[in-house]
Amino acid sequence: MREQISKFSQSPKAQAIFFAAYVIVTALGLYLMQTSVIAFLLLLFSILILYYLKLKTRTKWLIGLFIIAVVVPLVASQGPSFQSYMEVGTLVGIYAAMSLGLNVVVGFAGLLDLGFIAFFAVGAYTYAIFASTQASHFMPFGHYPLPGDTFWLFILIGAIIASIFGILLGIPVLRVRGDYLAIVTLGFGEIIRIVLNNMDHPINITNGALGISSITPPNFLGIPIGNSSQFYFIVLGIFLVVIYIVTRLEHSKLGRAWKAVRDNEIAAQASGIPLVKTKLAAFAIGASFSGMMGAVFAAKQMYVDATSFTYLESTMILVMVILGGMGSVPGVILGAAVVTILNTQVLTDLSNWLTQLSTNGVISIPDALSPAKMQRLIFGILLVVFALYRTQGLIPHKNRKINVEKLKKEASEAPGGALLSKERAETGGTD
Amino acid sequence: MSILEVKNLTKQFGGLTATSDISMGVEKNSITAVIGPNGAGKTTFFNMITAVYRPTSGDILLNGKSLVGLKPHQVSKFGITRTFQNIRLFNEQTVLDNVLVGMHQRLKGHWVGTLLHFPNVKREEENAKIEAYKILEYVGLEEYVNENAGNLAYGAQRRLEIARAIAAKPKVLLLDEPAAGMNPKETQKLTDLIHDMRTRLDVTIILIEHDMKLVMKISDFIYVLDHGELIASGVPEEIRNNKRVIEAYLGKGAVLNG
Repeated sequence: MREQISKFSQSPKAQAIFFAAYVIVTALGLYLMQTSVIAFLLLLFSILILYYLKLKTRTKWLIGLFIIAVVVPLVASQGPSFQSYMEVGTLVGIYAAMSLGLNVVVGFAGLLDLGFIAFFAVGAYTYAIFASTQASHFMPFGHYPLPGDTFWLFILIGAIIASIFGILLGIPVLRVRGDYLAIVTLGFGEIIRIVLNNMDHPINITNGALGISSITPPNFLGIPIGNSSQFYFIVLGIFLVVIYIVTRLEHSKLGRAWKAVRDNEIAAQASGIPLVKTKLAAFAIGASFSGMMGAVFAAKQMYVDATSFTYLESTMILVMVILGGMGSVPGVILGAAVVTILNTQVLTDLSNWLTQLSTNGVISIPDALSPAKMQRLIFGILLVVFALYRTQGLIPHKNRKINVEKLKKEASEAPGGALLSKERAETGGTD
Repeated sequence: MSILEVKNLTKQFGGLTATSDISMGVEKNSITAVIGPNGAGKTTFFNMITAVYRPTSGDILLNGKSLVGLKPHQVSKFGITRTFQNIRLFNEQTVLDNVLVGMHQRLKGHWVGTLLHFPNVKREEENAKIEAYKILEYVGLEEYVNENAGNLAYGAQRRLEIARAIAAKPKVLLLDEPAAGMNPKETQKLTDLIHDMRTRLDVTIILIEHDMKLVMKISDFIYVLDHGELIASGVPEEIRNNKRVIEAYLGKGAVLNG
């Protein structure tokens, strides 16, 4: 009996049926109970189930994309909570892309960066300055604010400027290692924040502590984009690009070089890897993802000031990377989703619920333990639990396995070999 | 003609002189051993050749071109690769990836090409994997292709280091105590491998080794360091009978057994 069950659960067909049923049930649940956060989360959970199914990678991608881009928005769109669901989705996308960026720096290249939010700030301010009247304070030419059509260009510009800052950070940082590196990047993050907070004199570039308001919303073919449900799709698009870049690079020459530098700098150099170039590439590419999302963030909020880019935010992104699994792309995405949803939905809802119970007199919570104050504590406890019981992260990194049989066949068929002759050295074998 | 020439090489760490005024020449396609007691400056000598340290004074010439002032990865590009006394593998990466990293400087593909799916980059990657597999077959590690390097047994890790070093197609291969910690059987295999590499890969091999049996058996020429100074050089027979060497290092047993 047990054998049959395990056989059944291993068969792709059975898995597909089960999965389809799960999606339909949860989607229906959300459709009927629009305000139920649990139904929403259960539907999102289907993506994680999908990850573990035994299907072809491409099929999984298509199904996952269909759920994220079609099912979720469609099902959730019927009720009053639609925008707040989409807001959560958008935030998850923004943080996931940033975590993937930080994962390149910390997870692949092994460079601990505690000031990663700085690049997000740079991207955000880049769009904010030019898409508001702010730029007219110091730009000698041009009309500001720039129209919302330029937003699309600014995604790219944000990426480029952030990666320039990444390189600027990288140059001094390359002289230090380990703990010292962490401190230098921490300082860099704070410097960027404080500079942005004070650049209102002598020339007013960032409008200082007042921040930049009335940022022009993006414009898509004449339609102004202002809702979370619209930003959701922009973020999804950028997020897909980021995943593509990260997964392609991970298994390329550059990705191997990053990991080699992480595992052993001296051996990496002796193998011909230029240390400076490789590390700078990691900083630049990681930063560029943040820069893109920064531009989106500014456009979405229509207001930026330096308080959005504190050290706590940098730590939060690092937590997403470590919680998810350093170096593991699916893990980091899951980490970002878990942390974001915990912070914006689950813990808030939980504390609201408890507050309600206590005001209704069902339970009595002393003032010192008011649920709103406990939110951070619960989050902290959860992190400690994860750190103790999932030391490698939620989805630990696994090295990609090569098909040995195929490789062996190809190797035996390949002509004489550039380096070695075909016959095996009579001496080299193991017993 | 010497492929690698070292002239008056000196390295000082503060007041401590690690090597002083070493000069030597290494014949092309030879197997040369550098021996000496612990702390004689052998590994410092290797580190200077591979630019981990910059010499205080003196010059290192590969085919007549100076290597002093280059970065380690540039030295590797010039054709010198090495293994390490305390094994330095990329432990979290697969055995195959370790060898692929060794090929790094020979691969031309740019990351832009990787992102845009350029066919030449793809083909290069595929060919590199095949070649890496052949190298692993050559050193006898083909059954561990997908294993993490850190999980290999000690002897296998040493061989993987050699595989990674030869993946760069070096002109000169530096082996830092390749037989350390190996049992006699493994040492025998290693000896055969070193012999075979010299002819098959057309590479010049310089090795640091404490296993005198191995050194005497495979070296064409031996340099002896003691307290950072070159105290003797010659073919194994000469070194075996050199009084200063015996005093400094080998002990009487080597003479009797030899």
